[in-house]
Amino acid sequence: MSVALRIAPLVFVAAVVQVTVLGGARMLWAEPDLLLVTIVCVALAAGSIPGAAAGFAGGLLVDVMTLGTLGTTSIVLTLAGYWAGRYGETTGRGRRYAAPLAAFAISILAGFGAVALHFLLGEPVAARDALVTAVPSAILAAVLAFGVSRITGEIFEPPRGLERPRQVELV
Amino acid sequence: MGGLVLLSLVLVTVSFREDGSGPLASVQNGAAAVLRPFQVAADRVAEPFRDAYGWTSSLLDARSDAARLEKENELLRQQVAERRIAQRENVTLRKLLAYRSGPRFPEAYSGLAAAVISRPAGAYAQAIVIAAGREDGVRNDDPVVTQDGLVGKVSRVSSRTARVTLLTDDASAASALDVETQAFGIVRSGDGARAPLRLDRVPKEARVAVDDTIVTSGWSSPRLSSLYPRGIRIGRVTSVGRTDTDLYTQVQVTPFADLSSLEAVLVLIPVNRGVGTP
Repeated sequence: MSVALRIAPLVFVAAVVQVTVLGGARMLWAEPDLLLVTIVCVALAAGSIPGAAAGFAGGLLVDVMTLGTLGTTSIVLTLAGYWAGRYGETTGRGRRYAAPLAAFAISILAGFGAVALHFLLGEPVAARDALVTAVPSAILAAVLAFGVSRITGEIFEPPRGLERPRQVELV
Repeated sequence: MGGLVLLSLVLVTVSFREDGSGPLASVQNGAAAVLRPFQVAADRVAEPFRDAYGWTSSLLDARSDAARLEKENELLRQQVAERRIAQRENVTLRKLLAYRSGPRFPEAYSGLAAAVISRPAGAYAQAIVIAAGREDGVRNDDPVVTQDGLVGKVSRVSSRTARVTLLTDDASAASALDVETQAFGIVRSGDGARAPLRLDRVPKEARVAVDDTIVTSGWSSPRLSSLYPRGIRIGRVTSVGRTDTDLYTQVQVTPFADLSSLEAVLVLIPVNRGVGTP
């Protein structure tokens, strides 16, 4: 199955759940962002380009479903997916806590990025809200990333027999 | 990646410029309509979980809510009580003012309204303390009344407060007469709660009947005057008794003024006495 076909349902479900169930929810000052965590985990598992594409598609879905300005969420999630993918392809490769770490850092950056973007568009945004919720939301994103990364790990696991060689013999 | 970012920027620009009424907005609305069933389905699936979460969080908040509401309730109760007291005081003071400017108010006196700040502490202390004193012109033996009738007289004065001995005190006495029959007597404290006052020294031949009104029988001469001015209502006759062995008729009187729940009174100050007069 192609990468796109594996990513699409995951991103779609995450976007619908994010808009319908988690939109506006708040748990101890934290606002859960399942879509961002999913994009980060997908990007870590599949790479930067699939990550950016997943971010773009997921963001577009959110903007469509919320009838917001098209592209605002897309641009943030595209960058988030790309950065997470690059991290997975470079220093994060094979690291056990790559997903929670990336989710934590990108959650903070994405939060401030979204505020800046809305501010540039002239929409009423309160920087204080972003500041108050940034760290708790990032912690929650890191916690969510543990679970989501397991799912993405299962989905993007290489086929049996094509496993990456663990030892290299030098001749 | 650059292409996607560029596409996003184009979408942002176009969507922002269209402001909800353009081809892109139409496409967005159509896509939203397509996605709507998924949203509804997800919402239905999530509703029980959301309810459960709301119920749990409301339970967690219940303790702090209860404490806050209890505090608010206490404050509101206090405010309601204060408001009721203020309303009652308002009514009392209005009645006093009406009495002071009415025809029943004794001539040659001015009425100084004063709040009652201490009530009788027990059966043996038939006195109240009012919030007016020497600096307000109050002097010893000044009569004290309400719109209903005589209360007593000032028995001790300080700079800002005064003690008023009630008519029901054993030491109190006021010369009085029956308005209907003009029978004279002296009003003193009675034998108990059923008859707080008695009209003493009424000759046997004098006619006094139940429900007769008793008022002060004050007098005045150019140089002297009685303690209480004439015509202040004291009470209503509740029983009349005569025996062959008694020298006087036994007349029991219930005061018009409710001496057990006084809130404000009028101190009668003679007009011809200045504030500085001792």
